[in-house]
Amino acid sequence: MASAVLDGRARAVPTAIKILVAGGFGVGKTTLVSTASEIMPLHTEEVLTSAGEIADDLSGVEQKTSTTVTMDFGRITLADDLILYLFGTPGQDRFWFLWDELALGALGAVVLADTRRLDDCFPSIDYFERRNTPFVVAVNCFYGEQPFQVDAVRRALALDDNVPVVMCDVRDRRSGRDVLITLIEHVRALTLGSAHTPVSSPS
Amino acid sequence: MRGEAGAHHEWFDGEAGPLVRSFAITGGRAREGSEFELLSYVVAQPVDEQRLALHLQPEHRAILSRAHDPVSVAELASHVGLSLAVVRVLLADLAEAGAIGTVAAQNPAHQVPDDDILQAVIHGLRST
Repeated sequence: MASAVLDGRARAVPTAIKILVAGGFGVGKTTLVSTASEIMPLHTEEVLTSAGEIADDLSGVEQKTSTTVTMDFGRITLADDLILYLFGTPGQDRFWFLWDELALGALGAVVLADTRRLDDCFPSIDYFERRNTPFVVAVNCFYGEQPFQVDAVRRALALDDNVPVVMCDVRDRRSGRDVLITLIEHVRALTLGSAHTPVSSPS
Repeated sequence: MRGEAGAHHEWFDGEAGPLVRSFAITGGRAREGSEFELLSYVVAQPVDEQRLALHLQPEHRAILSRAHDPVSVAELASHVGLSLAVVRVLLADLAEAGAIGTVAAQNPAHQVPDDDILQAVIHGLRST
């Protein structure tokens, strides 16, 4: 690689933590990214072409030969040298190949679920299970309605016992950040095993 | 090249607009720059443009002007309003000419951070 690698002495580079926000189309991914982040969500685009191997992924699309996929992401500056990035994953199955890059180096993932359409989050769960990416399932309680219990959601999604399932309201900043904390504790538990004790919250 | 022409020529696919623009900026290259990951940090280098072995396009300049301080590739792409693929090709140009450098991350990107960092993240999420 031709680029120079600097040692970063002049200007400190923060430690960057990446968390993915996945789930079916319209489940609230962008809302979670925006409310939990300190700034309006940022966007990057990938342009899909009809060339080569990508053509297969577009086989179900009848009109477009090129599609622009917008990825929303936000940042939370936790300290001068510590930044958390939230990346919303593209909602449609045909953009799976973009997930591999998003998942690279990710600490873990939040899979948002809507109990009216639980099936929509199966592909996300399958994906993270296959990759051994730590994830939590967050049930977004639309309009405060939540007819399902956590255990019922766990059974319906056939989740392992150790995968946290939590209720949340993605429109609420505190609630969204609590989901992120649940994920990070889950990662700590997987890493530390029996030595794990949750970070105590100020009472 | 995109816009009104597309509506009147059946051979011109309006949907291809962004694609055509991307290829015009990068000269048709699409696979360079893959070493610039979403959260790779880059920073502009102090160089004399007159001695640069690269003709700077406006898009190159836009990137450099947004990279005075270390910035992640994802944020850079968002700031300059170009697709990631295009930004990566342009970054590869700039890196080869010595006009931009990558900054070594404090944490190796592909392993779980130390527990003290994870605890700091939790404290930060509770207090910010």
